Amino acid sequence: MTGSGLLERRTTKRPEPHPVRSPARRRRRGLVNGQRPGWKAYGFLTAIMLGSMFPLYWSFLIGSGDASTITRQDIVWWPGGNFIDNALAVLADDSVNFWRAIGNSILVSSVVSASVVLFSTLAGFAFAKLRFRGRNGLLIFVIATMAVPTQLGVVPLFIAMSQLQLAGSVWAVILPAIVSAFGVFWMTQYLSQALPYELIEAARVDGASLIRTFWSVAMPAARPAAAMLALFIFIATWTNFFWPFIVLDRQNPTLPVALSLLQSNYFVDYSVVMAGVILSTVPLLILFVVAGRHLVSGIMQGAIKG
Amino acid sequence: MTMTDTGLSAPIVQKQRSVRRVAFSQKLSRWDLKLSPYLYISPFFVLFAITGLFPLLYTAWVSVHEWNLIGGQGDFVGVDNFAFVLSNPPFWIALRNTFSIFLISAVPQIAFALLIAAVLDRNLRAKTFWRMGVLLPYVVAPVAVTLIFSNMFGDQYGLINNLLGDLGIAPIGWHSDVLASHVAIATMVNFRWTGYTALILLAAMQAVPRDYYEAAMIDGAGIVRQFFSITIPQLRPTLIFVIVTSTIGGLQIFDEPRLYDQVGQGGANSQWMTITIYLYNLGWGQLNFGRAAAVAWLLFLIIILVGLLNVAITRTIAKAS
Repeated sequence: MTGSGLLERRTTKRPEPHPVRSPARRRRRGLVNGQRPGWKAYGFLTAIMLGSMFPLYWSFLIGSGDASTITRQDIVWWPGGNFIDNALAVLADDSVNFWRAIGNSILVSSVVSASVVLFSTLAGFAFAKLRFRGRNGLLIFVIATMAVPTQLGVVPLFIAMSQLQLAGSVWAVILPAIVSAFGVFWMTQYLSQALPYELIEAARVDGASLIRTFWSVAMPAARPAAAMLALFIFIATWTNFFWPFIVLDRQNPTLPVALSLLQSNYFVDYSVVMAGVILSTVPLLILFVVAGRHLVSGIMQGAIKG
Repeated sequence: MTMTDTGLSAPIVQKQRSVRRVAFSQKLSRWDLKLSPYLYISPFFVLFAITGLFPLLYTAWVSVHEWNLIGGQGDFVGVDNFAFVLSNPPFWIALRNTFSIFLISAVPQIAFALLIAAVLDRNLRAKTFWRMGVLLPYVVAPVAVTLIFSNMFGDQYGLINNLLGDLGIAPIGWHSDVLASHVAIATMVNFRWTGYTALILLAAMQAVPRDYYEAAMIDGAGIVRQFFSITIPQLRPTLIFVIVTSTIGGLQIFDEPRLYDQVGQGGANSQWMTITIYLYNLGWGQLNFGRAAAVAWLLFLIIILVGLLNVAITRTIAKAS
C-alpha cells in the first residue's frame, strides 16, 4: 500500500516541473511573436481599417446626398438616396467628358502596363540570364535611373509633344510611360532566381533561337512577377495626375483629370463631385478585392513606391 | 557491327552534304547569342533616353533661354531665369511649404508605419486580411483622396471642424492657416501611403532572425526595449530606402496641393503653394517656359542634395553606433 502510494505520488510528482515551467516558456514565445496576440492588436488593426475605409464611406455619404448635405451643421451619418442621380449627373456633365475619361483611363492603363511588362521582361531576361559586354554597368545604370525624378522633364516633354502634334492626345500620356526602370529591375531580380539555366540550355539544344527561348521559356517562367508588375503599373497609371493634367485637352481627359475639372466647375455641387470620385475609384476597388493579396505580397517582395 | 557502322556513317554523309548550311546556321546562332541581349535591352534604353533622360537634360537648355509657350525659343539669357526665380519671394515660400509638408507627412508616416508593421508582425489570425486592410487606401487616386479630404477639412462646414465644434473647440482654418493647411495636406499623403510603408517595413521585420529576440529575452529585455534595440537597428537599410524614396516623391508633391481648393494656385496667400505648383503656374499659367525650366532644375538639384544629405546622415549615425 505505502509502497504503491509512494510510487504513485512519485509518478504524479514527476511531470510537475512542466506545468511550472511552461507559462514562462509560453510567455517567452509570446514575446518572440509565437503566441497569438490579444484583443489589443486586433482592436488596433480594426481601428486602422475603419480609418482606411471611412473617407470612402464619407465620399459615398456626400455622393448620395444632395447639394444641401454639405452645408448642414449637423452631421448626417447615413447615405441618402441620390447616388444614382448624382452619378448620372456626372456622366451627363457637358464640361467634363466623363465617358471619354473612363475609356481613356482604361486604354492608357492597359497599354502602358502591357508594354512595361513586355519590355521589362525582355530586358530582365537579358540582364538575368545572358552574358554580354557591359551588362553590370548597364544594370547599375538602370537602378540609378529609378532615383531620377524624370517628372521634372515636363517642360521639354511638353514642347516635344506639341511639335509632334501629340499634345492633347492620349498618346502623349502613353509614350513616356511605356518603359519603366523599376520594371526592368523587378523582372531581372525575379528571373535570375526563378528561371534555371538548364531550361534555357535545353531550349537552345533543341534548336530554338534566343527570341523563341524568351517567348516559350522565359515568358511562362516570368508570369507571376509579370502579373504583379502589371498590377502595380496599372494602378500607378490609373491614378497618375501631373503629366496627364498638363498635356491632355479638357475634352479628352483621363479620370483624375476629369475629377479635377468637375471640382473646378464654376458652380460646384459637391454631391456630384463625390459621385465622380466614387465612379472613378470603384474599378480599382474591384481590382483590389480580386488581386489585393498579390499587391500585398508584391510590396513585401520589394515593389517600391511608384 | 554492321548495324552500328551504317548508323554512324549515315549522319556523316548527311553532314558533308549540308556542311555550308550548318556553318551558316551556326554563325547565325552565334550572332544571335551575341547581339540579341543588346536588342532585348534596347527598347528600355532608347525609350528612357528619349522620354526620360533627354527632357530632363534639355530642361537645362530651356532654362537659359527666353522661352514662351506661344513664341517658342527666344534669346539666350544666361542665368536670368534662375536669378528671377531666386530673387522673388514665391520660390522661397514654395520651398518652405514643400519642406514643411514633407516633414509633417514623412516623420509621422514612418513612425506610424513602424507601429502598424510591429502589430502585423505578431502571429495574427487572418494575416492577409489585415495586411490588405491597411493597404486599401493605396488604390484610391491622390486626386480622389484630396477631393474627399479637402471636403472633410472644410473651413466652414467641414466634418472635422464640426466634430471639433461638438467638443467645444474653435474651428481651425484648415485652408486659411499656413500650418493647418500643411497638416491637412500631409494627412492626405499619409492616408494613402502609411499602409504601403508599413508593409515594406513588415517584410524587413520578418527577415530579422528570431534568435535575437530569444537572446534579448534571456537578458531580460522587455518588448519595447527589444523593439528599439533589435528591430530598429535591423531595419536600418529598409528605413533608409523608405526615407530616400519618400524624399524623391515628397518634394515633387503636386496633386494634393493643386486640388486642395477650387482655384489650384496653392491658396490665396500661397499658404500651401509647393515648388511643383509654382513650376506649373510659371509654365502653364504665365506661359513662361524658361522660368518653369529653371524651377524644375532647381528642384532637381534640391532633391539630389537632400538625397545625398540623407545618405551622409545615416552613414554618420551608422558609424556612431
